[in-house]
Amino acid sequence: MITTAAENLSLFGRDPWWLIVVKAVFCFAFAMLTVLFSIVWERKVVAWMQLRIGPNRHGPWGMLQSLADGVKLMLKEDVVVKGADKVVYILAPIVAAIPAFMAFAVIPFGPADNEISVFGTRTPMQLTDLPVGVLFILATASVGIYGIVLAGWSSGSTYPLLGGLRSTAQMISYEIAMGLSFAAVFLYSHSMSTSQIVASQQDKWYVLLLPVSFIVYVVAMVGETNRAPFDLPEAEGELVGGFNTEYSSIKFAMFMLAEYVNMVTVSAVATTLFLGGWRAPWPITTFWDGANHGWWPLLWFTVKIQLSLFFFIWLRGTLPRMRYDQFMKLGWKVLIPVSMVWLMLVAAVRALRNDNYDFGRIALYVGGAVLVVLLLSLVVDVFRDRGRKRADAEADAEADRKPFDPMAGGYPVPPLPGQTLPPVPRRRPRGERQLVPVNGENGTGTTNGEETGDDH
Amino acid sequence: MNAYAPILVLGGLGAGFAIFSVITASLTGPKRYNRAKLEAYECGIEPTPQPAGGGRFPIKYYLTAMLFIVFDIEIVFLYPWAVSFDALGLFGLVEMLLFVLTVFVAYAYVWRRGGLEWD
Repeated sequence: MITTAAENLSLFGRDPWWLIVVKAVFCFAFAMLTVLFSIVWERKVVAWMQLRIGPNRHGPWGMLQSLADGVKLMLKEDVVVKGADKVVYILAPIVAAIPAFMAFAVIPFGPADNEISVFGTRTPMQLTDLPVGVLFILATASVGIYGIVLAGWSSGSTYPLLGGLRSTAQMISYEIAMGLSFAAVFLYSHSMSTSQIVASQQDKWYVLLLPVSFIVYVVAMVGETNRAPFDLPEAEGELVGGFNTEYSSIKFAMFMLAEYVNMVTVSAVATTLFLGGWRAPWPITTFWDGANHGWWPLLWFTVKIQLSLFFFIWLRGTLPRMRYDQFMKLGWKVLIPVSMVWLMLVAAVRALRNDNYDFGRIALYVGGAVLVVLLLSLVVDVFRDRGRKRADAEADAEADRKPFDPMAGGYPVPPLPGQTLPPVPRRRPRGERQLVPVNGENGTGTTNGEETGDDH
Repeated sequence: MNAYAPILVLGGLGAGFAIFSVITASLTGPKRYNRAKLEAYECGIEPTPQPAGGGRFPIKYYLTAMLFIVFDIEIVFLYPWAVSFDALGLFGLVEMLLFVLTVFVAYAYVWRRGGLEWD
């Protein structure tokens, strides 16, 4: 298996230099056009979901909206704030943008066996491939985080610093879950090269074989790209704009561009690792043999990426933003253990199947053990809860015995649960008041509502 | 080595685009001086003075970064193991289970001590 992988990778790195440039320009243009399209598409779809029309002024059907936005941002003033660390401040958007594009170098747009010819030279439909292709994608994603943390730090302002830190913590937390979900794929494909991973999905896509990994990856990719419902770094209500608050003009556009290119990249990775890459979806391949040959794979790949991007937009149109503590809890306490246990389960099943063990009995033993552990944890939980409840009740009783002081420490304080406010001194009802006659000139005993001063 | 050259070409394209845009925008945009515009933005109030180097921020972020390193290295160990899993057989599985258990002792400790809590 490993030797065949090395053999197939020998198809890469043989292009003449002009073809490398052509393919690199194609990759760049593909990423750029997908981004330009998906910005308009996102605004359109979110508008429809909110019963609006969306952009429709620039070009036919508003399709040139993102181009117009880019030109507008080009013509805006490039403000460098006074407190900024100038060099890092200018470098940060560039650092964020470059690795976003670089990840596309190892994405397979089509089969790796010299299917197409460009100006008479046959070449694989992929810029290049490495034995550690997916690791390279993870590395570029990590370098992209530097852009964000440097932007937040170098702005010399409070909100960007907090936004940048938040972004960083969020992205690195979800990178772990993302990396763990990849490991299960490598277990099946015997390779980290993207072309090999697609090649090994000939019979069955990994989304069917490894559904849990796919779900973990989908959650992690939304967290990794700072998209709704995980768009906490730009939570306007608390952080203004997040790490890019102090940025204007094209530098701001660079961050937006990097975000969208990252979206396209993670969609491409999801397609490559789990959704069969450039392979045609199932019903098509049954009646059309040519679906996976020639230039057609590019179409299937693009369609899959667009569906994934639509999923991103759909999430944004549907879900409210999460709270930061819930978000970190999901990442650290749910996704990591789940993907770890899933990986070990997949590995165990595969190892046992390789060694031809009696599968049913082992599954029974393992299932029984898991059940016992779950039951034990439930019992422990119940007892722990009981102890805590008793302690809580005692504390409450203790608090009830003390009279509530509404002006503790000189400040008015609200009552805690279980405490009651002392009665508010109120005016008594009119009937109970004892009225005193005012001795006016006529002395007929008219009243002006003044009370006797016994309770004042 | 030749397989790595296209990555540099694509990176060069990206870098060229980014640097070109940043330089062009600094030439095409207007320049109107305004003292208030150059202040840090804090919703219109006078900006808080920033200590040199960005000042202090919550220690939780350091903790997250350290935990990230622990798990990231674990993942880096997992990848070659996963790639050559079939060659290693049952022995590889048991070894990796032991390793993961060791890491998860630390994970359970951090969880129990509240290292994963955010407020």
